[in-house]
Amino acid sequence: MPIRPPFDPVPPSEITPPDVYRERRRFMQGAAALAASPWLGGAGTALAGPKLSGVRAGAYRLDEASTSYKDVTSYNNFYEFGTGKSDPAERARSLRTRPWMVSVEGEVKRAQVWDIDALLKLAPLEERVYRMRCVEGWSMVIPWVGFPLAELIRRAEPTGNARYVEFVTLSDPARMPGQRSRILDWPYTEGLRMDEAMHPLTILAVGLYGEVLPNQNGAPVRLVVPWKYGFKSAKSIVKIRFVEKQPLTAWMAAAPDEYGFYSNVNPKVDHPRWSQARERRIGEFLKRDTLMYNGYGAQVAHLYRGMDLQKYF
Amino acid sequence: MPSRSGRSPRWLSPVKIALFLVCLLPLVRLVMLGMRGGLGANPIEFITHSTGTWALIGLLLTLSITPLRRLTGWTFLLRHRRMLGLFAFFYASLHLVTYLWLDQFFDLERIVRDVVKRPFVTAGFAGFVLLVPLALTSTQTMMRRLGRHWQQLHRLIYVAAGLGVLHYAWLVKRDLTQPLIYGGLLGVLLFFRLPPGVNVLETLRRRRGQAGV
Repeated sequence: MPIRPPFDPVPPSEITPPDVYRERRRFMQGAAALAASPWLGGAGTALAGPKLSGVRAGAYRLDEASTSYKDVTSYNNFYEFGTGKSDPAERARSLRTRPWMVSVEGEVKRAQVWDIDALLKLAPLEERVYRMRCVEGWSMVIPWVGFPLAELIRRAEPTGNARYVEFVTLSDPARMPGQRSRILDWPYTEGLRMDEAMHPLTILAVGLYGEVLPNQNGAPVRLVVPWKYGFKSAKSIVKIRFVEKQPLTAWMAAAPDEYGFYSNVNPKVDHPRWSQARERRIGEFLKRDTLMYNGYGAQVAHLYRGMDLQKYF
Repeated sequence: MPSRSGRSPRWLSPVKIALFLVCLLPLVRLVMLGMRGGLGANPIEFITHSTGTWALIGLLLTLSITPLRRLTGWTFLLRHRRMLGLFAFFYASLHLVTYLWLDQFFDLERIVRDVVKRPFVTAGFAGFVLLVPLALTSTQTMMRRLGRHWQQLHRLIYVAAGLGVLHYAWLVKRDLTQPLIYGGLLGVLLFFRLPPGVNVLETLRRRRGQAGV
């Protein structure tokens, strides 16, 4: 059920204009160049995307301030470009997002290879403002642009055997320097249960702040599942496969005792090495309490009724 | 009683001042970045990582003095070891204060739970605790008072540095490259304290001497 906005629904893309940020950034870069030393500079460069047209304000909004465009595009986990938070912004330039194909396959009646430009027109684009909680203990509020994954799933007509959906990220060590080290078993894979994938909150995002998705945020198309830890939302997707058995995800393969298939945001189930009870919202000084299902319990708690969340973490 | 000739030659004192200023650079950098808004999206994480890294580097530099002296025969190096050690302690203290204040906001209950429950916090905290008596007994007076026990006590730095590396290794999510580099360097520095390592250094030094370097 959509969350009713208890406030004036002005799209955040109009409240925090990225141009203002970029103007300031140009100034800052000048200052940084004056300071000369890279050790004292180190500011990651954000890529600016062209404006997306025909984006309507979606039903899901938040009464919380959006994280600045600069922070959303310069503080990222995208191991394909390195394990440092600023690596993606600095190195994702090399990613080419055209031509780009997304193969929809597996247990479906209508398998299809989508050209990205056709995929962009699959359904009307809407802006969704979601919380994003990283498994590392920090969070953001991000105005995504995209459409419900369910729109694509319906067109694919899954068979009765389709119980899970697997998402595969591009494998291209030439353009994704992080893939040259064996940090994870490339390509990056993620997965959702069918009902999670069909849930209206689950979207395929193609933009943020009203603009084309920057490379470091998972261009040209990525998953966004706001009630799960950020790593569940696979980036730069090239394959969406419908399967019968629960797929093995990249993080489960890497550390099965630390990362489960579900990975729902849950302040009561700690990561084996650190607490998940609180989080640092980027841009805020004090930590906040982490919310069950990242605050989307009213919409998604029924999906997990009767499940032992300690066991199915 | 120390003899007059045992005191530092005068040229050492500018070196000491220069070293002091160099050791302050990581802090100066943090302050400058902070004033310019250059600490990134997560400034507290940046400060935590930076102070932790410099504490670890400080410990490794402190531990490199003895092998360097054995290799080169330059005994004046020993005079600077204390400052390096104290700077390691200084950055470790900043690191701890960042955690206690900016990360936990002095929430004692949470802090105690964290120290007990989280192995990486336990290791880091234990490492810091071990450094406290070393900093307290770093004065000339304490060295004299403790006599031969001083050196025994200060061997705790090996354990503290080991705990520092472990602390780092246990907190990273996946990429162990950095902790392994620090661990490797620590391993090398400790090896050069064992008889075979000491032999290697002394052989190298003799060869240098024979070559007339």
